[in-house]
Amino acid sequence: MKHVIVGAGPAGVVAAETIRKLDPSAEVTIIGNEPEPPYSRMAIPYLLIDNIEEEGTYLRKEETHFSDSAINVVVDTVVSVDPGAHSLALGSGKNMEYDKLLIASGSTPISPPIPGIDNPRVTSCWTLDDARKITSGIKPGAPVVLIGAGFIGCIILEALVSAGANLTVVEMGNRMVPRMLDETCGTLLEKWCKEKGVNVMTSSQVEAIEDASDNVRVKISGNREVEAELVISAAGVRANAGFLEGSGVEMSNGAVVIDEYMCSSVADIYAAGDVACGRDFSTGEYSVQAIQPTAVDHGRAAASNMVDHGAVRHQGSVLMNVLDTMGLISASYGQWEGIKGGDTATLVDKDNFRYLQLQFDGDRLIGANTLGMTQHIGVLRGLVQGRFHLGNWKNRLMDNPLLVMEAYLAATQGIQA
Amino acid sequence: MLRSLNIDPEKCTGCLQCEMACSYENEGVFNPAKSRIKVFTFHDEGRFVPYTCTQCDEAWCLHACPVEAIKMNRETGAMEVSDSVCVGCKVCTIACPFGTVNYNQDTGKVVKCDLCGGDPKCATACPTDAITYVDANATGLDKMRAWAAKTDNAASA
Ligand SMILES: Cc1cc2nc3c(=O)[nH]c(=O)nc-3n(C[C@H](O)[C@H](O)[C@H](O)COP(=O)(O)OP(=O)(O)OC[C@H]3O[C@@H](n4cnc5c(N)ncnc54)[C@H](O)[C@@H]3O)c2cc1C
Ligand code: SF4
Repeated sequence: MKHVIVGAGPAGVVAAETIRKLDPSAEVTIIGNEPEPPYSRMAIPYLLIDNIEEEGTYLRKEETHFSDSAINVVVDTVVSVDPGAHSLALGSGKNMEYDKLLIASGSTPISPPIPGIDNPRVTSCWTLDDARKITSGIKPGAPVVLIGAGFIGCIILEALVSAGANLTVVEMGNRMVPRMLDETCGTLLEKWCKEKGVNVMTSSQVEAIEDASDNVRVKISGNREVEAELVISAAGVRANAGFLEGSGVEMSNGAVVIDEYMCSSVADIYAAGDVACGRDFSTGEYSVQAIQPTAVDHGRAAASNMVDHGAVRHQGSVLMNVLDTMGLISASYGQWEGIKGGDTATLVDKDNFRYLQLQFDGDRLIGANTLGMTQHIGVLRGLVQGRFHLGNWKNRLMDNPLLVMEAYLAATQGIQA
Repeated sequence: MLRSLNIDPEKCTGCLQCEMACSYENEGVFNPAKSRIKVFTFHDEGRFVPYTCTQCDEAWCLHACPVEAIKMNRETGAMEVSDSVCVGCKVCTIACPFGTVNYNQDTGKVVKCDLCGGDPKCATACPTDAITYVDANATGLDKMRAWAAKTDNAASA
C-alpha cells in the first residue's frame, strides 16, 4: 500500500509515524515544501527570543528518525491532484502515484487588504524563514507594529517584547484574543500588557502602511500614526488547499471537508490539521480549529483510517488554547462562550490578574477560561471531555470555581457532595 | 517488570509526608506547594485523595508536545520531561486531562511525576501504605481503569 502525505507539519509527521506503526510494510512518503527538516511552528516564539536554536523547533530530534522509520521525506510542492489516476503533479515536474492520500498542508497567513501591506518591512510570523527575518529586523528599542492580537499575535507578542521591540499592537476586536477569551479575561490581558509598556490599541484598524525615510509610517483608524521599523501581520490564516482545485474535493471556507473517518468527499483522499474542517468535540459541528493538539489528533485518526478504513471514528477534538503573555497565562477550553440556558460560574480578582470562568450545560462542564492559573489546568479538559455529570458538585463549583480538581476527583472516584 | 504507583485513598490520613518527600527529592526543599503528588482534602466528607500522574499509555502530554520533550523511560515506564528540550509552551499542561502536568513559572519548564527514576519517594514516605509501588503487568490504560474502578469501590464501600 502506497501512502502519500502532503505537508510535513505535525499532522503529516504524526500520520506518517502512525501508518508506519500500524502497517510495517506500507510505503510512506511525506511531501513538504519547506526546505528545513519537519519542524513545529509553535516553537518559533522561543526561537525569536534565543531560547532555542533552529534545531530546537524540529519535530523529531534524531537526525535519522525518518530514514530509520522508513518514511521518505521529499521536498517538493504538490501542484495538483488527479483522483481518477490516483496521482499528484509536483512542482519539480514529476508525478507521484498514491493508493491513499493525506492532505496535511496546513494554512498560511492571509494578507489583509491594507494599502502598503506588500511593503518589504511587513512580514508575517509563520515559518522559520519569517523568524529569521524578524530576528534580523529587531534591534533593541526598535519600534515594531503587530497587526492582530489574536491567538498567534499574542503568542509572538511576548517574544517581540523580550527581543527588545518597542511594540504597538493593533486589534480590530474590542479586546485581546477575542476568539479565545471572554470580555473580562481579554480586557484584563489588555490592561496587563499596557502596564508592561506595550501600546495596545483595540477596536482599531491599520488603514495604510507608507514608506518613510528609513522606516514605515503605519496609519491607524482615529487619525493615529506610528512609525515602525518592522510590521508583523498576524491577521488570520487560510487553508493551503489551492492545489486541490479541479480535484472534486469538497471545500468549506477554503478548507477540506472531512467526515468522521477523516475522509474527504473523494475516496482515498483524507485530510488532517489546519487544512481540514474537522469535527469539534463540543458542538459536533465541523470547523477549522487551527491548533497543534488538533493537528496531532487528526493525524493519528486519519492514519488509522488510511490503513484500515473505518478503524477509528473520530469523536471530535476539544478546542483548547494556552497563552503566555509576558508572564500572564491564559487558557480556554471548549465552549468557553457558554450556551443558551447554561450556567456560568466566575471568580475574578482584577488586582491580581486572576480569573476563572466555567460554563455548564446542566450539570456538565462544557467550557472554561482561565487567567493567571498554572496548576491542574488540564483537568478542565478531563471534565469537558469526560462529560461527567457533576450533580451537587456543580453547585459547589458555582460557589467556588477553584474546586475543579476536587470536582473531577469526586466525579471519577465516586465522592458524593 | 514495570512497576507503578498504586494509590488507595481509603488509607490516606492526610499527613502530607508524600508531598514533603516529593518536593525534597525533586526541588530540594520541604514544600508541599512544589510537590508533584498532591493530596486533595474533602473536608465535608472527611476524605483525603493523593493524586499524581499515572504514566498512562495514552500519554496525552507526550503526543501534544511539539518538540519531543516528553519521552517514555523504557526502564520505569514513566513519561519524562527533558528540561533541555522543553520550550515551555504549556500545551502538555492543557492536554493532560488528569491535570498532572504543571507549569513552573520560575524555571519556564513543566514538571510532572517521573517516578523518581524508579524509586518513588512518596511511596517510601507514606506511613499507611496509601501509596505503594507495585508490579504493573497491566497496560497503562488498564492501570487507569483498574485505578478508577478500585477507588470507586473504595468510595462506596
Ligand atoms: C508562531 C506560531 C505559534 C503557534 N503557537 C501555537 C500554540 O501555542 N498552540 C497551538 O495549539 N498552536 C499554535 N500554533 C498553530 C500550530 O502551529 C498549527 O496549528 C500547526 O502547525 C498545524 O499543523 P499542520 O500539520 O496542520 O500544518 P503546518 O504545521 O502548517 O504544516 C503544513 C506543511 O505543509 C506544507 N505545504 C503546504 N502546501 C503544500 C504543498 N502544496 N505541497 C507541499 N507542501 C505543502 C507547508 O509549507 C507546511 O510545511 C502556532 C503557529 C505559529 C505560526
Ligand atoms: S511545555 Fe515543554 S514538555 Fe510541555 S508540550 Fe511544551 S515543550 Fe513539550
